[in-house]
Amino acid sequence: MTNAQDQLLSLLVRDEPRVLTRITALFGRRGYNIKSLSVGTTEHPGVSRMTIVVHGDRGVVEQAIKQLEKLHDVVKIIDHSLEKFVDRELVLVKVAITPESRVEVRQIAEDFRSRIVDVGRHALTFEVTGDEGKLTAFIEQMRPFGILETMRTGRIALTRGSNADVPSHVYHEGETEALKPVMEGVEAREERARGVPNLF
Amino acid sequence: MTGAKALWATLANHGISTVFGYPGGAIMPVYDALTFYPEVRHVLTRHEQGAAHAAEGWAKATGEIGVCMATSGPGATNLVTGLADAMLDSVPLLAITGNVARHLMGTDAFQEADITGITLPITKHNYVVREVEDLPRIVAEAIRIARSGRPGPVLVDIPKDIQLAPFHGEIPTPHARPEISAPSTESIERARSLLLGAKKPVMMVGGGALDAAAEITALARAWDIPVITTLMGLGAFPSSDPLWLGMPGMHGSVAANRAISEADVLLGIGLRFDDRVTGRVNGFAPNASIIHVELDAAEIGKIIRTHVPVRGDAKVAAAMLTQGAQKILTPEWKATLAEWTSRTVTPETWGAGYAVKAVTERLSEHDILSSDVGQHQMLAAQLARFERPRRWINSGGLGTMGFGFPAAIGAAMAEPGVRSVVIAGDGGFQMTAQELATLKMYDIRNVKICIINNSFLGMVRQWQEMFHEKRYSEVWLGDSNPDFVKLADAYDVPGYRATSAEELPAAIDAWLNDPKSALLEVVVPHEHGVFPMVPAGAALYELIETEPGRTPDLSDAMEHAAEEANKA
Ligand SMILES: Cc1ncc(C[n+]2csc(CCOP(=O)(O)OP(=O)(O)O)c2C)c(N)n1
Repeated sequence: MTNAQDQLLSLLVRDEPRVLTRITALFGRRGYNIKSLSVGTTEHPGVSRMTIVVHGDRGVVEQAIKQLEKLHDVVKIIDHSLEKFVDRELVLVKVAITPESRVEVRQIAEDFRSRIVDVGRHALTFEVTGDEGKLTAFIEQMRPFGILETMRTGRIALTRGSNADVPSHVYHEGETEALKPVMEGVEAREERARGVPNLF
Repeated sequence: MTGAKALWATLANHGISTVFGYPGGAIMPVYDALTFYPEVRHVLTRHEQGAAHAAEGWAKATGEIGVCMATSGPGATNLVTGLADAMLDSVPLLAITGNVARHLMGTDAFQEADITGITLPITKHNYVVREVEDLPRIVAEAIRIARSGRPGPVLVDIPKDIQLAPFHGEIPTPHARPEISAPSTESIERARSLLLGAKKPVMMVGGGALDAAAEITALARAWDIPVITTLMGLGAFPSSDPLWLGMPGMHGSVAANRAISEADVLLGIGLRFDDRVTGRVNGFAPNASIIHVELDAAEIGKIIRTHVPVRGDAKVAAAMLTQGAQKILTPEWKATLAEWTSRTVTPETWGAGYAVKAVTERLSEHDILSSDVGQHQMLAAQLARFERPRRWINSGGLGTMGFGFPAAIGAAMAEPGVRSVVIAGDGGFQMTAQELATLKMYDIRNVKICIINNSFLGMVRQWQEMFHEKRYSEVWLGDSNPDFVKLADAYDVPGYRATSAEELPAAIDAWLNDPKSALLEVVVPHEHGVFPMVPAGAALYELIETEPGRTPDLSDAMEHAAEEANKA
């Protein structure tokens, strides 16, 4: 695929049965590639938040967003390519150690501000948080010692600044107001995505 | 009041007058409660698929929501085809299914099926009611979702214990109709300026614009833009208007397909650029700047690159675009179009096309014409005349054989004063032929069934003829077809038959004039094709205009198509 890259989306969804299935089924059916997906509750009861990393070109992501917008459970979509954001990921890495390597492994972990969460006779397990680059660098540093297992949470993201994402009336009757600005931006986004020149 | 009664009360409050369905164990409390709600009529079809298509026919004819109902498990899965059909054709449909009691759900209980899981990709939304207090609210919300925005099917699954549980809440009244969304004035301005510069404009109208027929017609006439209507959009612009070029796509008219291929500006309204319409996408409207007016944002740019996206309701958009109109039809474009329009196929020799033309010529613009799926469907789309919207009912997106007859019943029940005519093939009719019993049971008098009997699964046979060297694999029905007149007779439905051009007019008269619903079987030659045809994988300008054998230079296009067919 041309210009394929990772794109970060956050979704606020109604916390109802099958929401996750609906969203993953949509990606599956239309052939969009989910690289990671993290889900958790929010400060608002009844609203969950997902961060999805989609791998694809802009056209694919734009289409994914528009299809997601049609789902009744989706309250709001934040396309992080349009705003400044912070993102984090957590990884647990179990590294093999020998009496000789032990000190060096610990030193590297310290450089990364990583915490040891489990100590075994032949392995140490580290917890690292950070952006994708930091996590990858950490794993690369540890690789020569022998990585036994890793588990990553997938990325999570929030927009920077003091805007609150969650609309106040998720469950009010009728169309949710929260979707409005997103839907209204469609024409403009379409043009951006297609690189359509302004005719005027 | 029980949950079951709350369901009927909610439906009645929403003005639902008719429900098509079939009972069973897991929905018995609902059927029991039905006896207390005489204001809602239940129509017992002979198969749940019939119920779903009848509800679709109702919805397609009226623009109002259709409702169907089934029990759990096999009843619910029998609705699936209808739901998929409604999804692709954007039909507002409410499906109510019973399910096993909550404590049995997920245990593989008798007649349990995860119907919300099964229908997830083919419904706009679906629900399992988990608390009886939620039931009326969910049903009301389901109706709103089915009708709002781009319409579609919504399913509500109700466990049996919830149907029986006491309900103490309020019965909701209908949600206000959502405001119609207007496109931005900037996008309209950009569309207008593009049109003003057009030398070879063409407008293409789909099923999403049916309720904007008046505005579309005014728009086309104000600008003098030639109009193409898709299979789903037939009726959104009158066929009798000289600006009409016909239908585009695989079996579209010469004029429509050539106009798209040459146009410099294409104004698409309420359509989704289905591959049967576009042909090979990179050969579609190769010279045109495309304006796409569409309510569903996800359709804009999905298939075809759009130069001016206009997001909003077709009615509003068309009205906005009509303001400040200038006649833009140039004499050159007009002359070119006239030459193409003259190249219409009029079936002169006896065959399916001849019969379809003879039948549809007898119909008035008020009659509802439904079709099943196959050659007869494409012939009807090519040859019938469509003066008004919502008088042409067929399965466009899913192409569902067995759709036509029950849909015609649904339309007939929605409009008892109107003649509801269905054209079906001998193959497809047999997929839902049991609904003859529904005609009999409810003494429905305004359904006229026309079966075009070519003894073949004609459309598949045509492809085999053209692209598989006449290897007619599993498409011959002739020996095993029933005597359709006798079949109808078995249900007290009068039957008529014609086997030649000479017999046809009298047979049509007798059939149409019969005071009851009636069936007409027209026996036609076996091997007739539908043309023009754009072979699958070819571009619209590569269309084959007339039946091979009569024109010399088709070999390239056919070879190309055969390659594509082998690849697939
Ligand atoms: C349920 C279903 N099964 C199979 C098909 C594939 N199919 C499309 S057209 C066709 C032949 C239809 O034959 P008939 O009903 O006799 O109509 P004709 O084409 O002869 O007019 C078939 C099998 C379909 N569209 N729908």
